Amino acid sequence: MSAYAADVAALARKDLLLEFRSRDTLPAMLLFVVSALTVFHFALPGGSSERAETGLLWIAIVFTALLGLARAFAAEREQGVLDGLVLAPSDRSAIWLGKTIGVTVFLVLAELVALPAFALFFHPLSWELVAAVALADLGIAAIGTLLAAMAAASRARELLLPLLFLPLVIPVVIGGVGASVAAEPGSFLAFLGLYDAVFAILCWASFEYVVTE
Amino acid sequence: MWLLSEHSRGPSLRFGPPLLAAAATGLLVVGFGLAFYWAPEDADQGFSQKIFYLHVPIALTAYACFGWGAWKALRLLWTGERRYDLESYTAIHMGVIFGLLTLITGSIWAKVSWGVWWSWGERQLVLFLILFLFYSSYFMLRFSTEPGPRRERNSAVYALFGVVLIPVSFLAVRIAGTILHPTIFTHEGADLPGEMLAAFCVCLAGMLSLAGALYLVELSGKRIDASLRELKELLA
Repeated sequence: MSAYAADVAALARKDLLLEFRSRDTLPAMLLFVVSALTVFHFALPGGSSERAETGLLWIAIVFTALLGLARAFAAEREQGVLDGLVLAPSDRSAIWLGKTIGVTVFLVLAELVALPAFALFFHPLSWELVAAVALADLGIAAIGTLLAAMAAASRARELLLPLLFLPLVIPVVIGGVGASVAAEPGSFLAFLGLYDAVFAILCWASFEYVVTE
Repeated sequence: MWLLSEHSRGPSLRFGPPLLAAAATGLLVVGFGLAFYWAPEDADQGFSQKIFYLHVPIALTAYACFGWGAWKALRLLWTGERRYDLESYTAIHMGVIFGLLTLITGSIWAKVSWGVWWSWGERQLVLFLILFLFYSSYFMLRFSTEPGPRRERNSAVYALFGVVLIPVSFLAVRIAGTILHPTIFTHEGADLPGEMLAAFCVCLAGMLSLAGALYLVELSGKRIDASLRELKELLA
């Protein structure tokens, strides 16, 4: 294993271990997503289409991710860890990659509860929906981690992150909802893959500038 | 002027604004003159199609401003020269103004053509709404971060995200939406009669000069503002 991969693995492991011990974020995300689905049931008038329900599932996913991302750099900020990480003799993009892996794992765990709950409350899932959610997770985690680092450097952290995040994930929602309801989901899934690739490369390349003092 | 720090340095702005402003005035007067008196009326839309000569140049100018801002942001990250920060910020400021004008003129066109102020089927308008939200957040990011190298780099990275978001959102809106907007430019090139295209190009050149003039005026204002703040700090 190269030094870079070892750095990334150590950073991701740190995040997962920290969450496993403190249980700050994941329980909140799980509770939030199930509450949101319950609220959606009452928000939809009786006889609403399955398409509307699917659209609301995407809203739940985006806002659950936002909840997790707002906490993504909380530990680093409170303990001043980021300065240490930036000074460490490793590539700074490894910090982004490690954090993105951690965020993706949280998102997937939250959806392991959310998707069955959705199937139970509303209607059965299609494989296209699951594939679209998996692809969307990567893009959301990649871009959300970078924006969370940006927002952590500002005064209005919790306020700023949704403002930065939502315009950038509109394409994810378009692709995700399209893949879930369209007759031919192929082009929407391909679009999600393209989005992931483009923004992951961009975030990977530019993270260094965001964390360096 | 020797007090000015590296923020406010850059090429002199003495001659640019008046020249560009004169060019903008001339080109826009000639362009709209050509559009209204010389170019033929559109067979489908009639007189209301004339807003095309205002709406589309404004939209393309907004793209140009966003692109220019991202280019300056890239220069900032590449060279580390801090003067690019104000240039990038000013370009995006202009882009947001022209983007808002695009939304307003597009909305008027939609009202005249289809009888509604807003149509989610019109791809360009939806795209500009996304971009307008995105670049408005740029200001939120700037205003809530302490001035310094960190803010300059964060803003620059966000500005770069913008130019990547433009084609990605364009693609997203294209695969999502129904196609209602008349596609004037197709893959085979401009689908316009010669007179219309000529009038359109003059209007576009005028709008770009106008944006350039406004950009230079605003840039000098922002530079003066930055150096004034520095002087105050020195005196305090």
